[in-house]
Amino acid sequence: MSTTYNVIGTRPVRHDGADKVTGRALYGADLQLARMIQGAILRSPHAHARILRIDTSKAEALPGVYAVVTAADFPPAPADKIVDFGEGDTPLSSLRGNILASGKVLYSGHAVAAVAAVNAHVAAEAAALIEVDYEPLPCVLTAPEAMAPGAPILHEEFANGNVADQIRYEMGDLAAGFAQATLIVERELDTATVHQGYIEPQNATAFWSSDGRIHIWCSTQGSFVARDATAAVLDVPVSQVKVTPMEIGGGFGGKINVYLEPVAALLSKKAGRPVKLVMSRRDVFTGTGPTPGSRVRVKIGVNDAGKITAAQSWLAYEAGAYPGAMVVPGAMTVFACYDIENVLIEGFDVVVNKPSTAAYRAPGAPNSALATETVLDEIAEKLGIDPLELRLRNAAKEGTRRADGPRYKRIGCVEVLEAMKASPHYNAPLPGPHCGRGVAIGFWFNAGLPSSATLSVNADGTVNLIEGSTDIGGSRTSLSMQAAEVLGLRAEDIHPTVVDTDSVGYTGVTGGSRTTFSTGLAVHDAAQMVVEQMKARAARLWAVEAVEFANGVFSANGQSLTFAELAAQLGSTGGPVSCSATVNPKGVGGSIAGLIIDVKVDPETGKTDVLRVTSVQDAGKAIHPAYVEGQMQGGTAQGIGWALNEEYFMDNSGDMRNGSYLDYRMPTALDLPMIETVIVEVPNPGHPFGVRGVGEANIVPPLAACANAIYRATGKRLNRVPMNPATILGL
Amino acid sequence: MSAKVQVQTTINNEPVEFLCEPRQSLLECLRDVVGLTGTKEGCGDGNCGSCTVKLGDRIVTSCLVLGVEANGESITTVEGLAHGNTLHPLQKAFLEHAALQCGICTPGFLIAADALLQKHPQPTEEQTRFWLANNLCRCTGYDKIIRAVQAAATEITTTKSNGAAQ
Ligand code: FES
Ligand code: FES
Repeated sequence: MSTTYNVIGTRPVRHDGADKVTGRALYGADLQLARMIQGAILRSPHAHARILRIDTSKAEALPGVYAVVTAADFPPAPADKIVDFGEGDTPLSSLRGNILASGKVLYSGHAVAAVAAVNAHVAAEAAALIEVDYEPLPCVLTAPEAMAPGAPILHEEFANGNVADQIRYEMGDLAAGFAQATLIVERELDTATVHQGYIEPQNATAFWSSDGRIHIWCSTQGSFVARDATAAVLDVPVSQVKVTPMEIGGGFGGKINVYLEPVAALLSKKAGRPVKLVMSRRDVFTGTGPTPGSRVRVKIGVNDAGKITAAQSWLAYEAGAYPGAMVVPGAMTVFACYDIENVLIEGFDVVVNKPSTAAYRAPGAPNSALATETVLDEIAEKLGIDPLELRLRNAAKEGTRRADGPRYKRIGCVEVLEAMKASPHYNAPLPGPHCGRGVAIGFWFNAGLPSSATLSVNADGTVNLIEGSTDIGGSRTSLSMQAAEVLGLRAEDIHPTVVDTDSVGYTGVTGGSRTTFSTGLAVHDAAQMVVEQMKARAARLWAVEAVEFANGVFSANGQSLTFAELAAQLGSTGGPVSCSATVNPKGVGGSIAGLIIDVKVDPETGKTDVLRVTSVQDAGKAIHPAYVEGQMQGGTAQGIGWALNEEYFMDNSGDMRNGSYLDYRMPTALDLPMIETVIVEVPNPGHPFGVRGVGEANIVPPLAACANAIYRATGKRLNRVPMNPATILGL
Repeated sequence: MSAKVQVQTTINNEPVEFLCEPRQSLLECLRDVVGLTGTKEGCGDGNCGSCTVKLGDRIVTSCLVLGVEANGESITTVEGLAHGNTLHPLQKAFLEHAALQCGICTPGFLIAADALLQKHPQPTEEQTRFWLANNLCRCTGYDKIIRAVQAAATEITTTKSNGAAQ
């Protein structure tokens, strides 16, 4: 059964395209306001130290300086206050602590104070005049070291040293499962801390008005989350804060947390002017949340038929300075692609003296999939089975239960594996010596969360769409296309606008691959309401009971009006039509992605060249296939950078020694080939068009696929990512 | 704060005079002094390419050029690529090929690609990748950007040869 669509599945030009190719689109740092001044942040040079004294007097005395703030400027709040703005409970002290340190600094780059001045140069000069006396403390930089007895302790109040949280998922009988196995493989792999690497640095402008309202303009994945977090940090009601989301230059999960917004607000309150803060690239690396480094052990047993009989995993993720290392999703996804009866998973959330970590595209999952998918590669080789065939024999299906509880509804694991097997790439020979081909697959849940949308019909037959999802990669268009499909219009007949938090119903973050799914559902529902109201108008015009609507035409008893013709008559049939919907969908559909990659490893230099890549993903339904391919290609490129080269290179004192793009070295156009894509469509029953969401699962397979390809090219099973020349040559 | 210097330039074919401090980069002058915010700052140290502009007959990362160095020079920014409301073939190709996701890198890529096509009207994939290697994009994996540049190259050469034939 396949549904035919008029708009869905086509590739219209995006609505914000002309603005973005002509330089007119306004990103956060582009904002200019009357009387606006600019700020700078002073950051800790120590990875771990007690703050003994902060003296801001010299900075305050510098001509051109309007305001200086430290953690002492936060309004008083009970020390044990807990806040929840939709992301789970967080102690206010750690939320504030990461924004402006008090008592101790916990990583090199930790914000300590901020200045607002006539321009950014004067602000930076003033920040350098702030005197801070530190008592340096020993630091600890990796999870295994932080878990060891005698490790320096970051938070004295924690019950279990640096282990902030532990989880355990258990299913079946592990010992019995391993007893049935005829082959058991166990490996331990480390991954380094890496950054999302969005090209636009964090920025925020705030104006704290004399009427008490705070207006924030910023680059955020979620205007409502930014509003709620800012309100929580400043201890003001949410209604006192209005967030206007500017265009956003990439986020990948890293622009959900707030760093600058509350600081800009505090500075503005003192200065009585709008204050703009923009991070430098080094600030972005050292002062925002990267994704955790990790150590993951995986042990898998199989029988002679290649059926997994038991699987066990132990995961320790580095949370950075404050808890929340994404070890939970890491643990939930470690065996998520497979149907396994006997499972034990233990995860540890470990604080270390590195920046507090944040989400990064399927957060936690690439780290754990690396271990599972390389162990399976080894098992396939030892059993003499094709690696995709081994996965097919164990693939998760509808009804498969994950160790953390849920049973899958319809899931596209088998379909993705079959598509990989059938792809031209998988069936092509390797080009020559020192080459290897690796495969891997991965799972990501995708998210639901609330979304809102309003549609207003214009007299010329077009429709305005008001929504609250910040558009990182074409979502104005994927949402407009869903409205157009329901209304029988063209994508370009819909005019989408992303508005501020005062102007639309609550809308969760652009994250969790949820926007096209969840906000799409809100748009779909609002569009259906529009159709119903328009039908009622036609019924009134024609004095009939029932009106049909199909392909953009209303009809009854041989009479018909197109959408535009009826829209022109709304004024005379009762007035304008506009409809809003707010949804909180439950029918989220998880996505499976797979990667095939060919590499060539130079035996002398250890350098890996990527020769050919094919990314395969279950989109459920691809609304705008070009932007679905774009997500797959982008996630694949990030995953390859993570696998082969990227890492936070920290010295023993916890200072990041490669905090620039030159030294951090993300993939350039020259490092990658074209990225072939295969979109698999196994519709999600929880969405009217079958959408699953495609932003994240694609970054899960590349780490393991690269490791497997390098093994096939070199015969070396590496136990550390990045698999850079030094790792490959064993230096 | 130091005394400001007067700088005379031609920006996007129009004479522009501005005052800036000697320490201000050309990028800062374009964005904060002249108000042309289409050119973006991704790193401030010459390593992302989002601030790429044409200065005289070469392309530069404008974060590494001082505003005062632009005195007497002619500058092209992303705002100057289109002719009135008619998009440049590169701009059109970027839209048709979905070569941008967040779009923050796009102005830099467009200026760099324009310079590439002036030097190599029909670049190979390798030439295109090499030329654009100073421009980072974190969203697209470059695939659609490379395809868009090659499509624009074909479009420009076909239009030119059709024009010549007529
Ligand atoms: S801002 Fe100039 S190269 Fe990055
Ligand atoms: S489109 Fe986002 S960085 Fe290139």
